[in-house]
Amino acid sequence: MEWLDLTPEEWTAVRLSIKVSTWATIASLPAGLLIAHLLARKEFWGKSILNGIVHLPLILPPVVTGYLLLLTFGRRGPAGSFLDACCGIVLSFRWTGAALACGIMAFPLMVRAIRLSIEAVDRRLEAAAGTLGANPAFVFATITLPLILPGILAGMILAFAKAMGEFGATITFVSNIPGETQTLPTAIYTLTQVPGGESGALRLTLVSIAIAMAALIASEIVARRIGRRIDPA
Amino acid sequence: MTITVDVEHRLGAFRLDTSFESAGPLTALFGPSGSGKTSLINLIAGLIHPDAGRIEVGGRVLVDTGTGTFVPKHRRRIGYVFQDARLFPHLTVRQNLNYGRFFTPRVDRHADFAAVVELLGIGHLLERRPGQLSGGEKQRVAIGRALVASPKLILMDEPLASLDDARKAEIMPYIERLRDETGTPIVYVSHSVAEVARLATDVVVLKDGKVADHGRTSDVLQQPGNLPRAERGEAGAVLLTTVEAHDDAYDMTLLRSAAGIIRVPRLPVRTGTGVRLHIRARDVLVATERQRGLSALNVLAGTVSAIGSRSGPLVEVRIDCNGEAILSRITRQSLDALGLQPGKAVFAVVKSVAFDQDGGPTGASFEGE
Repeated sequence: MEWLDLTPEEWTAVRLSIKVSTWATIASLPAGLLIAHLLARKEFWGKSILNGIVHLPLILPPVVTGYLLLLTFGRRGPAGSFLDACCGIVLSFRWTGAALACGIMAFPLMVRAIRLSIEAVDRRLEAAAGTLGANPAFVFATITLPLILPGILAGMILAFAKAMGEFGATITFVSNIPGETQTLPTAIYTLTQVPGGESGALRLTLVSIAIAMAALIASEIVARRIGRRIDPA
Repeated sequence: MTITVDVEHRLGAFRLDTSFESAGPLTALFGPSGSGKTSLINLIAGLIHPDAGRIEVGGRVLVDTGTGTFVPKHRRRIGYVFQDARLFPHLTVRQNLNYGRFFTPRVDRHADFAAVVELLGIGHLLERRPGQLSGGEKQRVAIGRALVASPKLILMDEPLASLDDARKAEIMPYIERLRDETGTPIVYVSHSVAEVARLATDVVVLKDGKVADHGRTSDVLQQPGNLPRAERGEAGAVLLTTVEAHDDAYDMTLLRSAAGIIRVPRLPVRTGTGVRLHIRARDVLVATERQRGLSALNVLAGTVSAIGSRSGPLVEVRIDCNGEAILSRITRQSLDALGLQPGKAVFAVVKSVAFDQDGGPTGASFEGE
């Protein structure tokens, strides 16, 4: 079974992929919550435009998204040069850039899951909390948030899974640099392009399957625990 | 504490244009569904913003569209008991009860958690979650949740409407204790004559968004026109009485009222206790002379003071018994046969069985001593 042992390079790709996906999921959560809340509860001018922009990465070819990121956040792009000048943050060809690309590609899935769960919350419960003295922020923190936890969790799992598999936008924006931006999918792609890389590609494929299954099972357990807390009947 | 409401509000085709003032302690908003009762207390609670008007509770202006005043619902300190309880499903009963307390300013936290739990009999439920409670238990917890927040006013939106008669009978005594013991005024929405007769001290009758009548419960319930057609028979007098004595030999209770002594099946209360007696008009017979050989125990002497509309087969006759008005519902045929007219001396006859407590939540109810 020696062929199952990962090489150091392959380990690096696995670790990097998990790091990138975790950061992509966590960093996009606050914005995801905010936008899901806006879309579920508020009426404002340009709501359908915002909805369209959020969902765009789902429809556009990933390469296009990656290229747009390169144009915007590249060293000479408007956002990229600003971040470099003011805070010394460089995204292009770094793992942070990979996290940004993955986060944006996963964003629509996260927003959608959270939005649906917010729409399912009984607003009469929030009104009841208001009459008991809770201001809107407290109502959100003590009533809405606990009730939408399963939706948030589902959104995070979906986003994480999407980030683990992201290929097109990542390779376009931050390339495929071993140890810096080479994630699981790009590593598998590279291995399939070189002679004798098949066993490495197969090993990483098995790792991908294992990670995906572990994430799904973990979410199932947590969701069941939350569900029991919310509705024990 | 006085509640003053004078509002105009349009909801689609429905127009609420209501003005009343009530000192309580328990004011019923009474009327058929669609008459604007719930909209009215939603306005008082701050869940709706009125198009125009003014709402004042205990001297504090909550809404005044003239000056642009609108106190948001979370600063009104008004406890709201919803028809559907609306307990927070992710919190235990104890956490539900304590929810509002957290937001109450420290100096205003006069409600005693243990006393509220005792008052409502929910001590054994504290560690459960709402999903494990029966309908009646949920409603009691909902009342408790409003109370623990030390509200300045309690609003109840048909808290018994979704419960069966047994559950209603289970909760009513708690609402009576609330009315008599806590000193917090209550505005109670209902379309049930029985509930209003038993619980309310004041009644505001709403029809199509307007106040049709307003006054003390005993006065308002004597006007059959204030009641829904199906419940006209429930119209009647509400007498404030005190327990004079118990008759152990026959298991009866003697109640003293201005109209005279009234005998009812034994009530589980001590001598001297105030009892509110709802005498339905359909339970009262009229006699022109004192009858002998009659099984009915209560014969009250009085004079006919008014006769209602003669349009249908039935007529309401109001009898003044030493200052207390008793309402009787008889056929127009009997009215003519007896030659009844205002000023005529008559006897109002009431069977004691009419106050049978098993007959449902009407009849007698107890006030504080």
